[in-house]
Amino acid sequence: MPDQPGNSKSTSIALVGKGGAGVITAGEILLIAAARAGLYGMMIPVIGPQIRGGESGALLRLGNFPINCLDDRIDVLAGIGWLHAERFRSDIPIDADSQIVTDPAEGAVPDFIIDAGARIYELEMTALAQSIEGGRENMIVLGYVARLAGIPEFAVLQAVEKKLGRKGRDAIRASNECVQLGYGKAAGVSQVEPEAAPGASDSRWLMSGNHATGLGAIRGGIRFAAAYPITPATEVLEWLAPRLSDAGGTLVQAEDELASINMVIGASFAGIPSLTATSGPGLSLMIEGLGLAVGAEIPIVVIDVMRGGPSTGIPTKPEQSDFNAAVYGLHGDAPHIVVAPNSVTDCVFTTQWAVHLADATQAPVIVLSDQFIGQTNVVLDPIPAIAFFAKRKLAENIDGKFERYALTADGISPIPVPGTPGGQYLAGGLTHSPTARPSGMVHDHVAQLDKRARKIDDFDYGQHWADIEGDGELAIITWGSTTGTVKEAIDRLPPELSAKLKLISLRLLLPAQPRKLADALKGVERLLVIEQNHSGQLYRFLRAWYDLPAATETLHRPGPTVFRPGEIVERLLDWGQP
Amino acid sequence: MSAQAPCKLKASDYKSDYKPVWCPGCGDYHVLLSLTKAVAQIGLRPEEIAVVSGIGCSSRISGYLNCYGFHGIHGRALPLATGVKVARPDLTVIAAGGDGDGFSIGGNHLLHACRRNIDITYVVMDNEIYGMTKGQPSPTTDPDWDSKLAPGGTGISPFHPLVIALASGANFVARAFSGDPNGTARILVDAINHPGFSFVQILSPCVTFRPDQKEWKNAVHPAPVTPTSDPAQAARRLMTDDGFNIGVLYKGAREPYRQAVVREPRVERDIDEEFMV
Repeated sequence: MPDQPGNSKSTSIALVGKGGAGVITAGEILLIAAARAGLYGMMIPVIGPQIRGGESGALLRLGNFPINCLDDRIDVLAGIGWLHAERFRSDIPIDADSQIVTDPAEGAVPDFIIDAGARIYELEMTALAQSIEGGRENMIVLGYVARLAGIPEFAVLQAVEKKLGRKGRDAIRASNECVQLGYGKAAGVSQVEPEAAPGASDSRWLMSGNHATGLGAIRGGIRFAAAYPITPATEVLEWLAPRLSDAGGTLVQAEDELASINMVIGASFAGIPSLTATSGPGLSLMIEGLGLAVGAEIPIVVIDVMRGGPSTGIPTKPEQSDFNAAVYGLHGDAPHIVVAPNSVTDCVFTTQWAVHLADATQAPVIVLSDQFIGQTNVVLDPIPAIAFFAKRKLAENIDGKFERYALTADGISPIPVPGTPGGQYLAGGLTHSPTARPSGMVHDHVAQLDKRARKIDDFDYGQHWADIEGDGELAIITWGSTTGTVKEAIDRLPPELSAKLKLISLRLLLPAQPRKLADALKGVERLLVIEQNHSGQLYRFLRAWYDLPAATETLHRPGPTVFRPGEIVERLLDWGQP
Repeated sequence: MSAQAPCKLKASDYKSDYKPVWCPGCGDYHVLLSLTKAVAQIGLRPEEIAVVSGIGCSSRISGYLNCYGFHGIHGRALPLATGVKVARPDLTVIAAGGDGDGFSIGGNHLLHACRRNIDITYVVMDNEIYGMTKGQPSPTTDPDWDSKLAPGGTGISPFHPLVIALASGANFVARAFSGDPNGTARILVDAINHPGFSFVQILSPCVTFRPDQKEWKNAVHPAPVTPTSDPAQAARRLMTDDGFNIGVLYKGAREPYRQAVVREPRVERDIDEEFMV
């Protein structure tokens, strides 16, 4: 494995192939094998828009430290056929040190790979697979690549068992034989000795951000979800459907996003913590409903797994470009909360926190995840449960005149659960008096606007508003999935530069926290804002809400390819010059 | 909650103290009266009822009842009501609104609410017009009805809400007339008590923008049939009716949407174990 700073090592592997070749399955098994061998790792599928039969690929990065981003280059690229491999070109940066695994029977290696000067290794995948009854090329490649990556054979065989266990003994036997055959073929080629990392165990977790989001939702107390399928958020819903049912809840597949958001509002009005998940186009359709939840003060959580926009954009690729829609999209003065997880692990915490915030403030909370975090499978340490739950300030034992929208000091008014005698009120989108009576009066309008702003602005968000690391006169502000890449870039900097660098990863995007950020920026002379969108959406928001150092710069570019650490290192070296 | 003794309240006890925004003579006053009579007759407690509506004159009805009310956004009464009922099967859920809200902007939700067959009652006060915006044609307006927005008429045939409800899978289809509050209350009692999605179209005249609808009281007549449970027969009747047949026209036997099944709740630890490699 190539050396990273300190003793950190990682290997980046890309498996590509014609649709149906099973490269995703091979990638998943390789990731499990790495975990069994005590390594950390990540895998992200790279797929075209075709449902079946198009090109597909799996990008993996395995290493002895928690992996939160892709590397700058690919160490090993294996192709089960090269049809359309050109389309992955930007996802698979290769160079003269990359190792290419190809089957001559599957056609020539594309020119862009040859031109990179990479070393080419021929592996007769087709013929070898045919030599084993029920054998498949992807399992031959799996064994070969695992050996190149230094994964012990036992770990690969365990992973096959775990992944393919349900397919029966014959499938496992055939797969194992293929793996062993491929593994043996690479013995003479590999430059590393296979070894399990110290402390190898099966205690690690393997999860995607979308599943982590589901776990955070369940842990936080979500018991109702309604949603419409959309890439790349669908896995949140598919994961939740059976588990909500197990937990005594329900998921309804709605007819569209207009229905989803309103079903969720209805269920929450009825007293059940509720959530929907979508992506940009769906968020746009939900905006009117979000305004209703603001006005009627109904707690809901909306997960937006961002993809390239605007409009249909690039559904299978990430971008942090829904910031403006989430923050500014609602009409009227509509205080609400926007949070963003900054890693797969953090999807659990941030979603659970969002559920807590929604119920505590009786307001909608938008969670801005993205395709990269959402669809990446990551090996990570178990995520302990935390004590954030959905808990409303309830109106119970109501006696006499009830004021649903009472003008309380903290702006949060007790809410009754339907069924509570005496608590009947009219929820709705019309401006209303404290008793919920529709009103067109100036004082009611202003009082309710004030109250709703107060409850969001004055809420105690604790230390969770941002993750802050390091200290010094230089600071970086970033958010979401870009955080992992920025962290690794900082680790790669010369110590004299990284020693004076502070990283602020914002988890709470809205409401702004001017005082907290002012504290965090004390002593900071220069600031760099890093995000993945075309117009610097967070940067412009920061400009509006915060006093930033005069020397504030921005590094932003759109998707669909994610930032790689080297790209950020380059900018930091340049920017960090005194 | 529903295990308690039946509640003995008068119809007027279900009304809130809000003064309706409706014009004098609006049919919706009588719909409000019918609805309070119906829930009083069934003996439901006000706090066990959720009345959910969209936007429009008739959608204001959720505020005029002393129940849990939700006055949502335009066209979305049915998804709101669906969320309430699926989350809380113990509540009696009534969705209400007008023809523009339910058939135009909310049309897609009508199809899927019928198909889903959740145990709610949907009351559409149909006056063949957008009243709150002062007189534009709705999906049930006749093609030659002249208006500022559609001078000389839309030239588009109105659609038939009952046929659409039936074809989409509604489990109970009825038509009522606001001018007969007792008859309407009887139909509503039947609709609320019938399992699954009950669709009730109430002809409710707009005396301000459609004074011609004052004649409806002479046009309506009891449907000369008993309710059928055969969708094909109901469809034939509806396709050929004159739009003024009043009564329960279809009573199906479809199983309502499955309620949330509360199994032995799994402890979180079990879910955690799924992620172990």
